[in-house]
Amino acid sequence: MHYNWDWGVFFHSTGIGSEIYLDWFIKGLGWTIALSLAGWVIALLLGTVLGVMRTLPGKILPKIAAVYVEIFRNIPLLVQLFVWYFIVPDLLPQGLQTWFKQDLNPATSAFISVVICLGLFTAARVCEQVRTGIQALPKGQTNAAYALGLRVPQIYKEVLLPQAFRIIIPPLTSEFLNIFKNSSVASLIGLMELLAQTKQTAEFTANLFEAFTLATIIYFVLNMGLMLFMRWVEKRVRVPGLIALGGK
Amino acid sequence: MIRFSSVNKWYGRDHHVLKNLNLEVRQGEVVVVCGPSGSGKSTLIRTINQLEPINDGEISVGGIVVNDPKTDINTLRAEVGFVFQHFNLYPHLSVLDNITLAPIQVKKMSRSAAEKLAMELLERVGLANKRDAYPSNLSGGQQQRVAIARGLAMQPKVMLFDEPTSALDPEMIGEVLGVMQKLAESGMTMMVVTHEMGFAREVADRVLFLADGEILEDTTPEAFFTAPKTDRAKQFLRQILSPMHG
Repeated sequence: MHYNWDWGVFFHSTGIGSEIYLDWFIKGLGWTIALSLAGWVIALLLGTVLGVMRTLPGKILPKIAAVYVEIFRNIPLLVQLFVWYFIVPDLLPQGLQTWFKQDLNPATSAFISVVICLGLFTAARVCEQVRTGIQALPKGQTNAAYALGLRVPQIYKEVLLPQAFRIIIPPLTSEFLNIFKNSSVASLIGLMELLAQTKQTAEFTANLFEAFTLATIIYFVLNMGLMLFMRWVEKRVRVPGLIALGGK
Repeated sequence: MIRFSSVNKWYGRDHHVLKNLNLEVRQGEVVVVCGPSGSGKSTLIRTINQLEPINDGEISVGGIVVNDPKTDINTLRAEVGFVFQHFNLYPHLSVLDNITLAPIQVKKMSRSAAEKLAMELLERVGLANKRDAYPSNLSGGQQQRVAIARGLAMQPKVMLFDEPTSALDPEMIGEVLGVMQKLAESGMTMMVVTHEMGFAREVADRVLFLADGEILEDTTPEAFFTAPKTDRAKQFLRQILSPMHG
């Protein structure tokens, strides 16, 4: 195959204002990061609540969380996005519907849909990790806390969750990276995040290879950076000999 | 201080672990509970702060009925110190934070007051220099002494010990028993499940011998060791005191 690589293309004018194609990538990266971080906040908060629910005594709360996980884990992400973007707005009360469909900037309504979608989807996965993290702790930890008179919320906050989160940092890291990668589904509902900007650049310039190479590099560097950040976090919060202590 | 009235507990349907127990531990008394494994000793001591619920009968501590649904079990637990066989210190917290956690969370003590108290207790168990260490950096004996300090930090009326030296290397048993002996001398009401017959002989006011969920002997250490009444107790003492078992 013969192909004339032209890396200068990113500095060509797009013909829109004084923008060059590189600006599109930067804007796209901005959307990607905003979507992912907003989704991650939801995923982490909701996932922790659900994970705790799954380990509580009793029947109803663990069951609710389990059903949630099965629903959100077993439906493809893209299907979930279409539901949030095309179907759920139609089910809203009239006032809210008009606001979402007409008053909001289309990019904003797409952004809200994707953030909810990514957040709820990833929460199911975070939930399972929080649950396994808590269940990995020796029963003696809970018993000792009960024996000292701590109440259930205090036990989770002071004893179980600080240990569980330390244990699950590696699998949580991979969910954190996944949400950045998964955010590319937003391109399918017209939100101009990194992948959408890449496709648009490819179409405008016909420099398909350069555009997708740059996108690949950006995703890769971004994820490597996040991974290194999480490793640093893991080191910072490391406690010598955690989970080495056993007993009932 | 602790009273059992006709206490029964079953595991499942068939396993009757505690059989119609009646028992009274007076203030300041040190009671050692011993017996063969599976006799219900650990279950017995765990029912006192409801780590194990009972099916029938009544247990009270300081006049408060433990198994009454109206009793706030957390308040009661805060007044009953419990020391576990496996220490169960919190590995993510320093020694000091292990001790101050419950006073701050449960008693709403200020951090500075809780730390002052913790340091006094660490002094008492001889580990003041370990305040900033993490549990995994301590020996088993040191961890258990911290666990005792942690229990004492709630200023309990009663201290319960569930085989506190069984998970320790032999050379560390003495340091833990020493701390417990000092505690007994200070007038603390204590109930101790243990196989340390030396401790029972020297420190206990009473020895309970439990077998198959029943209290077969309830007497002074002197009487228990020299003139046990039941065959089960005689057999138990032969086994546990034989030179082969050290």
